Amino acid sequence: MEETKGSIAKLILIGGSAGSLDALLKILPAVHPAFRQSIVIVLHRKFSNDNILTGLLSVRTKLKVCEIEEKDIIRPGYVYIAPGDYHLLFEKDHSFSLDDSEKVNYSRPSIDVAFQSAADAFGDSLICILLSGANADGTEGCKYVKEKGGVTVAQLPRSAEVAYMPSQAIASKVVDYVLDIDGIIDFINKL
Amino acid sequence: MEQLLDDVLEMYGYDFSDYTKASMHRRISRLMVLDRFPSFAEFRYKLRTNEDYLKRFVEEVTVNVTEMFRDPAFYATLREQILPAIASKPFIRIWHAGCSTGEEVYSTAILLKEANLLHKSLIYATDINPEVIKKAKDGILPLGYMKDYSENYIASGGKEDFSKYYTAKYDRVKINESLLERVIYSTHNLVSDSSFNEFQLIMCRNVLIYFNKDLQNKVLTLFDGSLENLGYIALGSKETLKFSAISGRYKQVGKDKIWKKQKEA
Repeated sequence: MEETKGSIAKLILIGGSAGSLDALLKILPAVHPAFRQSIVIVLHRKFSNDNILTGLLSVRTKLKVCEIEEKDIIRPGYVYIAPGDYHLLFEKDHSFSLDDSEKVNYSRPSIDVAFQSAADAFGDSLICILLSGANADGTEGCKYVKEKGGVTVAQLPRSAEVAYMPSQAIASKVVDYVLDIDGIIDFINKL
Repeated sequence: MEQLLDDVLEMYGYDFSDYTKASMHRRISRLMVLDRFPSFAEFRYKLRTNEDYLKRFVEEVTVNVTEMFRDPAFYATLREQILPAIASKPFIRIWHAGCSTGEEVYSTAILLKEANLLHKSLIYATDINPEVIKKAKDGILPLGYMKDYSENYIASGGKEDFSKYYTAKYDRVKINESLLERVIYSTHNLVSDSSFNEFQLIMCRNVLIYFNKDLQNKVLTLFDGSLENLGYIALGSKETLKFSAISGRYKQVGKDKIWKKQKEA
């Protein structure tokens, strides 16, 4: 892609595990088509075939949805899907790096790893949203994001298919806003 | 972090300055936690004053996660398209650059064996890290991994009984010597070392992701200079040769991350 440094104002980084696809399929179509920030999605999933997920999401939104390749520059108005079997990292020039090192929280990509790396690169321009899941991944990441001045959001546990992941983060007091699906949609559209 | 990498270059000659920042930062933070350094200054001091610790540093900041028949679809293409295309050569030379602990080398050797090409092939397996080269030479793997590897093998189109390629003992397996005798192991640093032969196939999978674009271009140029006309370069599933310094002379093979060098115009 372009060699120029990305010029995005805010990065919305969404992490999800079990039950989060359902939430995403509601959230993404409701994001305003003229949305000019960048959205990055990091999901745990069994299979590393990224095309299926990208296809599922892209037919439901007017925003451009693409799978991340290493060194891609993050551009406004795009929705990026983290590939399976790699950790997702962020560079200060607003490009992606991939890393195939050890799993973290039994996961690759790990939400903690992505959140922490994004916090280093984006600081207070970062908004992290933690969706449904059965794993404690994301809590450490949220803690770090807050230390770096970013904002953290968790899906309201009773609105999540699997409450454990957002509940863990909320219990650790590392979440700024607890929102249901409609709340998350509103929150994103007002950014 | 730059200071630390400068130290390592100046004192030991390993140049990590063109590795991607985000990954290097993460590897170093991880190593500091693993080895319980209370501060960055103490970590830096240890590295400056203890040459043995450098070994550990190189071993831990480089990523050595690998598996046999990783991305089975890639190995299917290797088996069905690439090996047949180079099979008529009197002698086949393959370079595994960044071979880590050898799992992909064993996989390639199995494919060559099944294509009845292993006897006239040489696989050069190189890595920056001497420790992983030792492991690769040993050919010893945990028994517990074999179920996944066997599934990968079958998914890549393997028709044989996978267990015939190793001998199990207690909780480990040893890859058959007959598969490894056509492999030459050596340390090689893609950052600083030059070309050492000419190959029909260069495999370098999930190594370039750790390099910045300048270093990627440098390494790809090294590969280009080490590849015969009509030879192949194979990269990891999220890496690309597109937009690189050598892309003009290469054509992608189908959808896989394999590129064929075109004849000079």
